[in-house]
Amino acid sequence: MNLTLRIWRQAGPDAPGSMTTYQVSGISPDMSFLEMLDTLNEELITRGDQPVAFDHDCREGICGACGMVINGQAHGPERTTTCQLHMRHFRDGDTIDVEPWRAAAFPVVKDLVVDRSAFDRIIGSGGYITAPTGSAPEAHATPVPKEAADTAFEHAECIGCGACVAACPNGSAMLFTSAKVVHLNVLPQGAPERAARVRNMVSAMDAEGFGGCTNTGECATACPKGIPLPSIAAMNREFLRAARG
Amino acid sequence: MTTATRTARHPSTLATLWRSTVGKKAVMAVTGLVMLLYLVAHMLGNLKVFFGPDDINGYAAWLRTIGQPFLGHEWFLWIARLALLASVVLHGVSAYQLSRRDLAARPSKYVHQRRRASYATRTMRWGGVILGLFVVWHILDLTTLTVNPVAEHGHVYQNIVGTFGRWYSDVIYIVAMLALGFHIRHGFWSAAQTLGANNARRDRALKLTANGLALLLTAGFLSVPVAVMTGVVK
Repeated sequence: MNLTLRIWRQAGPDAPGSMTTYQVSGISPDMSFLEMLDTLNEELITRGDQPVAFDHDCREGICGACGMVINGQAHGPERTTTCQLHMRHFRDGDTIDVEPWRAAAFPVVKDLVVDRSAFDRIIGSGGYITAPTGSAPEAHATPVPKEAADTAFEHAECIGCGACVAACPNGSAMLFTSAKVVHLNVLPQGAPERAARVRNMVSAMDAEGFGGCTNTGECATACPKGIPLPSIAAMNREFLRAARG
Repeated sequence: MTTATRTARHPSTLATLWRSTVGKKAVMAVTGLVMLLYLVAHMLGNLKVFFGPDDINGYAAWLRTIGQPFLGHEWFLWIARLALLASVVLHGVSAYQLSRRDLAARPSKYVHQRRRASYATRTMRWGGVILGLFVVWHILDLTTLTVNPVAEHGHVYQNIVGTFGRWYSDVIYIVAMLALGFHIRHGFWSAAQTLGANNARRDRALKLTANGLALLLTAGFLSVPVAVMTGVVK
């Protein structure tokens, strides 16, 4: 496959950026999107140019590192992570636009790399259970209703990639925050800190400069892990309950 | 050894709500629902125009006597007006503050633009501004009668026929009621989501209710100017 790539190039956090056009050829439809970018970077390095900086780690769809907006869609046209997006979903001769996540809370570090440590600070404000750690507890010691376990698992799937923020017209982190709040608040282990967790995490989220939710649903459509939109309603319920107490 | 520290007291419920994006959105949801409830009553009241001048003029006079003798003349009406004014102000101020924040959270746009969300969702902000301006016109037209061509207090039927006899008044009402329909279509479901009433099972039913309410209110309100325009009410 021969492709035209228009990639956001930005030398540093404060440097101005712009879309730069590249031609790549000899791309196999079986390559992942990241392998296609690797091919481009090999060429750029051979020519003595700066390679395109992008985040990546596991390359098997579970770490959430590889975030980029492809043709205006977070992680591209398929509902998966960029590393699991294959070139067979594009056509020979296509022009593909590649941009970094856009949000005030996710400043660009270089090219397609953004600083997502705002997410870490939200997690640090309550996305855990304060309990002594040690050897794994006996699994039957704390009974968990099946429905609660299913909900917790569904929300624990969030990999913190930031696609929700990138897709949201308000750069809102509500889906990310709700995934963690719901995951822990439905479990008996999370119950003692239930109110403080949602209060602190919402407050941390607001402090990072993320926008609010206008219920456009773009986040849940972009989420590679399928965190559902009603999760935000569940977090709102938790927050209003905590605010009353 | 473990030590226990007393956790800090957290701020009052109202302060917590007003300071957070989630709480402020809840203020918008509650005030929106208050206005929606009022609109249902308002629309049903309007339909009395089809029963003739005596019916709707009598209904308007009765509205001023609600709660008597416990309440004085027009007291109920003024209580309702104050509640609505508070709702409009809180709804608008919250929307303004949240919108400023939302726009600041996405300072640079994507180069590759793509249509996002439904028409109703995308037009909430400007639709809200249109509705706000419409309310001002509507009060000047049919409450204070400042811009009404007939302008006879207590003669609601005649005032209605008078205002809808002008083409620009018809255009204003039709545009505003279409904006209202779109605003409710997204707003009702959104309020349920914001107040935590939505879940995977209820999602479809809530969206259907939102569409139903939007259609019902738009059609109900528009039936009056359309009836005057077509000569059914004269």
